[in-house]
Amino acid sequence: MSEDKNENMVPGQEQPEYALDDERRVKVLSPGAMVAKRFFRNRVAVLGLVILTIMFLFSFVGGLVSPYKEDQLFYTETLQKKEYAGAVKNEDMRFMGAEGQDFSSIIQAQVVLAVTTRKDVVTYRDVNYHVTQEGQDFYSVALDDGTTIGIAYTDVVSSSIEGRKLDFDFVFATLKAYTNGQDAFTLDGDSYTISEGGLVEKDGEELAFVSRYVINAISPDIFLPREFQEELATSLEAGDDMFTFTDAEGVESEYYIDYKPDVKNWIVRQETYTRTYDRYAAPSREHPLGTDRNGMDMLTRLMYGGRVSLVIGFIVEIISLIIGVILGGLAGYFGKGVDFLIMRIVDIFYCIPSTPIIIILGAAMDTMGVDPQIRMLYLMLILGFLGWPSMARLVRGQILGLREQEFMVAAEASGLRVSRRIFRHLVPNVIPQLIVSCTMGIGGTILTEATLSFLGLGVKFPFASWGNIINDVNNTFVLQNYWFIWIPAGICILLTVLAFNLVGDGLRDAFDPKMKR
Amino acid sequence: MHKYIIKRLLYSVIIFFFVMLIIYVILRCLPTSYLENVARQMSQRPGSKTYQEWLAQLEAQYGMDKGYLGGYFDWLKHFFTGNFGDSWFYTVPVIEKFRETVQLSFVMGLIVMFFEIVISIPLGIVAATKQYSFTDYAVTVIALAGISLPTFFFASLLKLVFSVKLGWFDLFGLVGRNYEQLDAMGKFLDKAHHLVLPIVTLVVLSIGSLMRYTRTNMLEVMSADYIRTARAKGLDEHSVIYKHAFRNTLIPLVTILGGSLPGLFSGALITETLFAIPGIGYTAYHAMVGGDIPFSMFYLAFIAILTLLGNLIADLLYAAVDPRVRLA
Repeated sequence: MSEDKNENMVPGQEQPEYALDDERRVKVLSPGAMVAKRFFRNRVAVLGLVILTIMFLFSFVGGLVSPYKEDQLFYTETLQKKEYAGAVKNEDMRFMGAEGQDFSSIIQAQVVLAVTTRKDVVTYRDVNYHVTQEGQDFYSVALDDGTTIGIAYTDVVSSSIEGRKLDFDFVFATLKAYTNGQDAFTLDGDSYTISEGGLVEKDGEELAFVSRYVINAISPDIFLPREFQEELATSLEAGDDMFTFTDAEGVESEYYIDYKPDVKNWIVRQETYTRTYDRYAAPSREHPLGTDRNGMDMLTRLMYGGRVSLVIGFIVEIISLIIGVILGGLAGYFGKGVDFLIMRIVDIFYCIPSTPIIIILGAAMDTMGVDPQIRMLYLMLILGFLGWPSMARLVRGQILGLREQEFMVAAEASGLRVSRRIFRHLVPNVIPQLIVSCTMGIGGTILTEATLSFLGLGVKFPFASWGNIINDVNNTFVLQNYWFIWIPAGICILLTVLAFNLVGDGLRDAFDPKMKR
Repeated sequence: MHKYIIKRLLYSVIIFFFVMLIIYVILRCLPTSYLENVARQMSQRPGSKTYQEWLAQLEAQYGMDKGYLGGYFDWLKHFFTGNFGDSWFYTVPVIEKFRETVQLSFVMGLIVMFFEIVISIPLGIVAATKQYSFTDYAVTVIALAGISLPTFFFASLLKLVFSVKLGWFDLFGLVGRNYEQLDAMGKFLDKAHHLVLPIVTLVVLSIGSLMRYTRTNMLEVMSADYIRTARAKGLDEHSVIYKHAFRNTLIPLVTILGGSLPGLFSGALITETLFAIPGIGYTAYHAMVGGDIPFSMFYLAFIAILTLLGNLIADLLYAAVDPRVRLA
């Protein structure tokens, strides 16, 4: 004290002498200021207060400052291999019927039989079919009168022109020339050339393409150009597992070839850029804590999650405070029957296993499909309603002692109403203990809410809460690989609850006049 | 004393009655989706009764058609005659499933309690005897941090460090992959190995409160007059603390520990679920989430009884340990 006084002295100036009992000699502090002074002397408690301030700024101001919204989705372009085409090396006979002729599958089967047993004629239902070898693995089928009704072949002729079908005569002529190793043929007065690779041209115009490989696009709207098929066929012959192809528009893509032994075909997959949700993106300049499962910015989710967790903590505590103070006040003031009744209700609520009940209610809300916003409201009401008994016990215990004191006799003598006596004269005396209990209670509520949300029974998507952000860690892959998804949220919960407890502890010490320090 | 015990027991019975009434009403108000599901399945069989008829029959079977009070008294009667019904979720009698699982939870609880006492009481005493020292601050902050740690976060951290990074433990479950091939000793060790992480989680989360409780009570005792007397007559600090102070601190400690004895049976709902340890907590969690009313009712009644028993034991112990306390 005296040191303080000396500091205030201005040198060379005469200080007025105060009498020993002069009020001005003593620095007078109000009770509130005394509490504050004691509180701020406690370093651990101040640390808690600092953490709390940071958390509040982070949650309530951070959401406003953050460039993103709570449920803003982010996309990314990823290289994905998509199935593009299928290829199979043709080992079986394929058949084609001439126009207007019956070349049914039974006859086709007979033809295969004839080819494998090297017979020239097969008879089916008294009709003779003459099978003639026209080239290598190429047969024609004719009736007795010489009419060709169909062909059987293994090399496949496919059209080079999008949407054009090839007619029988053309296929016949092409195959006949190709399988006999000729490089040209004439049909209906037009002459065609066949290159070694199987390309059929007429006057320099591509018409068709002959190959042992049957190549089909995965989806019908993709037309596979001849160059692609050729490229693929060469890669297949060479046994490569990938090749590069530049399409008509000049886009170069990589194609991967996988052979499936069980069905004896090749699957060609094209590597293309696809727009997807930017899920589990690693921390970067745009997203300091990466993105979550749904491609939302983690840091922003944390801020909004903090808002939800803190607001739930406060509202739950306010609900239990209101119920607890009213019932505890009534019980403490009236005593006897009222006290007995209210305290038995408190006993009953104390005995209700709260965690299981909340889990059951949460699961029930899941089945009922309650809207996430309403659900949050219910959650607060349930938690608040289960939390009031301890508050009521505290208030009642304090008031039982206080009501016998002289100031209450004075209050009664001055004819105040009962409600005024309880809530204006008795309850304010309990406020220090209530503040301590509420501060610690908020921490506890945040923990309960986080646990519930973690189990998926509390706050639901699209709303964020610290608990349901960590929920993702249930997925073992996330646990192992994406620390930034769950560690920051866990640290937020830990720090906030710890800070509430530290501040509550500090307040308790500060309010306690018996404190010696 | 006898009169007091009888009075307390009677109160407990009355409280139990109302607690279970509230729980029963809450469970009845929930959508009884389970029965409806079963009724729907039954009614879709060829040549079956209609959905309404099936539902009515099932509700009659489970006593759901009697109204709230009637149904509740029915349940009470069954409960006190030892007929706990069949679990809907596990499709075995409730009591059978309970017997299978409660033992494991009890063993786990006992081990946790042992470590809790061994770690937190000495630390609490040291913190109190060296108030405002570095040790005191460290103990206080660690205790508070333990209380503030979310179970699931701590469990996930342990899993990340010890299961994923170091590979010492499995992530989930009570038994390993080759459990069936092990001999009796191996089976025991395998189970013990799988219980390490859950027990560590529970111990770390629970030591905080007992540590704080010890410290607060020890501080209170240390400021008592008889401690000053003991010091004044020249006793050394060791016997002041351990002969005079600690023995008096034991009164509230024994009370609270005695009161928590019944809680050993209740299982650790969250921790067991996180580590998939098939104790009573894990079993109850899945029954509750699955809408299994018979098992949930049984579990909640069990917990309520344990809570009441704990309170009773604490009060009686308080009187028994401290001769200054007289029961009214």
